[in-house]
Amino acid sequence: MKLLTTNFLKCSVQSCDTSNDNFPLSYSAQSTLARDESIEFNAAFLLKILDRVDWPAVVTVAGELGNSGLPATKPVLSSGDVAQLGDDELALLRDLHVLLVQTTLVEGEMKCRNCGHTYYIKNGIPNLLLPPHLA
Amino acid sequence: MSRPEELAPPEIFYNDSESKKYTESTRVQHIQAKMTLRALELLNIPDNSFILDIGCGSGLSGEILSEEGGHMWCGVDISPSMLATGLTRDLKGDLMLQDMGVGIPFRAGSFDAAISISAIQWLCNADTSYNDPKRRTMRFFNTLFAALKKGGKFVAQFYPKNDDQVDQILQAAKVAGFNGGLVIDDPESKKNKKFYLVLTSGSPNSQEEQVNLHGVTMDATELGEPMTNRARRTKRGKEIESSKSFINRKKELMRRRGRKVAQDSKFTGRKRRPRF
Repeated sequence: MKLLTTNFLKCSVQSCDTSNDNFPLSYSAQSTLARDESIEFNAAFLLKILDRVDWPAVVTVAGELGNSGLPATKPVLSSGDVAQLGDDELALLRDLHVLLVQTTLVEGEMKCRNCGHTYYIKNGIPNLLLPPHLA
Repeated sequence: MSRPEELAPPEIFYNDSESKKYTESTRVQHIQAKMTLRALELLNIPDNSFILDIGCGSGLSGEILSEEGGHMWCGVDISPSMLATGLTRDLKGDLMLQDMGVGIPFRAGSFDAAISISAIQWLCNADTSYNDPKRRTMRFFNTLFAALKKGGKFVAQFYPKNDDQVDQILQAAKVAGFNGGLVIDDPESKKNKKFYLVLTSGSPNSQEEQVNLHGVTMDATELGEPMTNRARRTKRGKEIESSKSFINRKKELMRRRGRKVAQDSKFTGRKRRPRF
């Protein structure tokens, strides 16, 4: 599962819907990370998705997974058009690509901050199924 | 034709051997690819979007999302075997094990669009004593509506068992706040008839982001009409339709389905005399 996906995934328990703590999930520090270099850099997609990324959540999740070196504020780009970006900004987008898209969670656990339900990630696939009493 | 929906719940039906068979069958691949492309055409979204694939299985449809327009996608499916098959196929998107009837677990405004190929008819099944299809369908559409951005779109190809299932799904989508309806491709053909649920959440920002309904005949009302007509006719009995008009009607139907049909003449539907 990509780090980008952790920025959208919330707890699937119905009673957590009304809570503010169901996102982001809390990721265990023992999780195994990997870098998947097969996905090509797509500047247009990153520009588009960056608007929607909740940066504080990225910082929190990256901190839990062992990277506390991220800036506290979301990087701002001068233009929404890839062709008008300078080299510096393209380099920044490349870094974001490595961080959000190429970094994948292979094994690990994630826990809802509200209900405390633990979801397991195996082979890069999180198991979001709920036991009958929660579904 | 047998419906897998009637045999077993999806996570049991799509076991290791069935998943492998499904993914490796070139016929299935061809049909899935065709339907995914058609769904993308209906979606009419700009390149490089973030898409949710509901019932992604082994990623047959996801592959096409990556190829066409460089979309990034996340897939959810309930069958572990299908996802395991997907792992071996070097997919670009993310896979997740989740039951769509429990909800789409993404925060509000996550996706530009959602797509679903041959999956949402499973919502109409009650596989366990505690799941209620109506509640699950409602939960699915409500959470999906939240997970899509404003003006987001959802196209789902599905195989309804009967008209009731179509109504049930359309009704739930409407209650959840979606606009849209049903597009039926090849309505005359029994085998190739395909149902696409085309929904938008809220109004799209500009004209060009509207769903692409080019070449779609607005059939919803037209299609309803002849059905009810025919029902009335059968209720009143056979007297209303002569055997000649019955033959002509069947010939016309077969012609529309593209079969080879004998030409009409003044002898069509006449009895052959014994002296002949």
